[in-house]
Amino acid sequence: MVASQVGTIGSAVESNKSTPTTESVYGTKAVITLDDLSVHYGSFLAVTDVTFNVPKNRITALIGPSGCGKSTVLRCVNRMNDLVATARVGGKILYHGVDINDRAVDPVEVRRRIGMVFQKPNPFPKSIYENVAWGVRINGIKTADMDNLVEQCLRQAALWDEVKDKLKQSGLALSGGQQQRLCIARAMAINPDVILMDEPASALDPISTLKIEDLMRELVKDYTIMIVTHNMQQAARVSDQTVFFSLNERRQGVLVEASPTRELFTNPRDQRTEDYITGRFG
Amino acid sequence: MTREAYLHQIQGLRDDVVAMSSMVDKAIARSIEALRTQDIDLAREVKNADQEINAIRWRTEERALLVIATQAPMAGDLRTISAAIHIVTELERMGDHAAGNAKIVLETSNEPLLKPLVDLPRMSELARAMLTDSITAFINEDAAAARAIVKRDDAVDDLYNQIYRELLTFMMGDPTTINRATRLLWAAHNIERIADRVTNICERVVFAATGQIEEMGASNY
Repeated sequence: MVASQVGTIGSAVESNKSTPTTESVYGTKAVITLDDLSVHYGSFLAVTDVTFNVPKNRITALIGPSGCGKSTVLRCVNRMNDLVATARVGGKILYHGVDINDRAVDPVEVRRRIGMVFQKPNPFPKSIYENVAWGVRINGIKTADMDNLVEQCLRQAALWDEVKDKLKQSGLALSGGQQQRLCIARAMAINPDVILMDEPASALDPISTLKIEDLMRELVKDYTIMIVTHNMQQAARVSDQTVFFSLNERRQGVLVEASPTRELFTNPRDQRTEDYITGRFG
Repeated sequence: MTREAYLHQIQGLRDDVVAMSSMVDKAIARSIEALRTQDIDLAREVKNADQEINAIRWRTEERALLVIATQAPMAGDLRTISAAIHIVTELERMGDHAAGNAKIVLETSNEPLLKPLVDLPRMSELARAMLTDSITAFINEDAAAARAIVKRDDAVDDLYNQIYRELLTFMMGDPTTINRATRLLWAAHNIERIADRVTNICERVVFAATGQIEEMGASNY
């Protein structure tokens, strides 16, 4: 595929070009396809042989033991690994049929359409209002009514009722769970297509965790979500597809199984999956 | 191996199923012996012992729910626990059938048997063998063995038909035998139902082993 055939990622979305891949079992087409993905950090092959689809308007959970490459894979999906000097990505990641690592593709545009929420809530040192509005402004997104946009995003993030009377307050003054929902609202403000979440609730208390999970189930009606989690019960509760990663004998991360969640947690196809989810590994 | 305590709990459930099946097997055997020999004392023991079988059923179910609530079992473990809950329910019903046969002895002891019992003990032997083998299949997670056991239910059904025809002949020939013949028919039906419940156990064994639900060997009654 040459650069001239790729165009920009924006034009691919506007032409509604779907990813030509394996038939989805989830009732929706694949938005993202990871095709034989591999990641080197310097000379070390950290992750290899990763191939799976991410179905639209579904939640895909990535699970597996520490160091198996879940977050590495997630960061590839919106080219965050570009920011790691030694990282080298092989294979393809197709977003609506376009290889996001192609030279003609603008990584900033990728990250606008594929947003990310991190493990540790990281609101900007700005007001609650500005946390949501700032991304809209610097991306040059025109809006006639910023107030309305901010309110919509905070409502979608199930935060509006808690902060509507203190929008000028610093985002850092919120609780951990509120900060994380503010980060989700911030991500939604620039109208992404996909939201990536890297252990979004691991730093939160149980009640906040459940609120984030409820929020995910609401957001998936409008967005496609990928989540890395160490919490298998969380993956079982919220996701539609679960992808299990493990380490091979060379300590490289490999994809073991990608299945509908209800199947993976009741009748996994691979014995390694069964051993991991039942705690018999190691 | 990680999760030693959890694995111990799962094994405990399996042990409960084995122990309960052993009690039920004993109840079936003793109830038929009581019927064959018209032994009222033995029948009374079987009837009273059913309470203990019922208690184990609830204890096992409670233990299973505790594992589910506290350990979040998945995959094969979850299916095993689900199977154990259903199996002890079937075993408890089998215990009720054995107690039912003991009750028949208590109700008919003032009358002699219509004839020496031959087919009924034979039915019981077949059903008990099916029960023992089904529990072995559960412990070994052997779906193939479970499917094979289901086929043996036909022999039990055939014996039931035979008993039914014979008792019908008695009743038609001599109305004074109706009371005893009817109760013997109930006893045979209890054994036939025990074999059917073994079929249900086998379905659960297949599910636990494979994750697939297979309807097997529906009863003719």
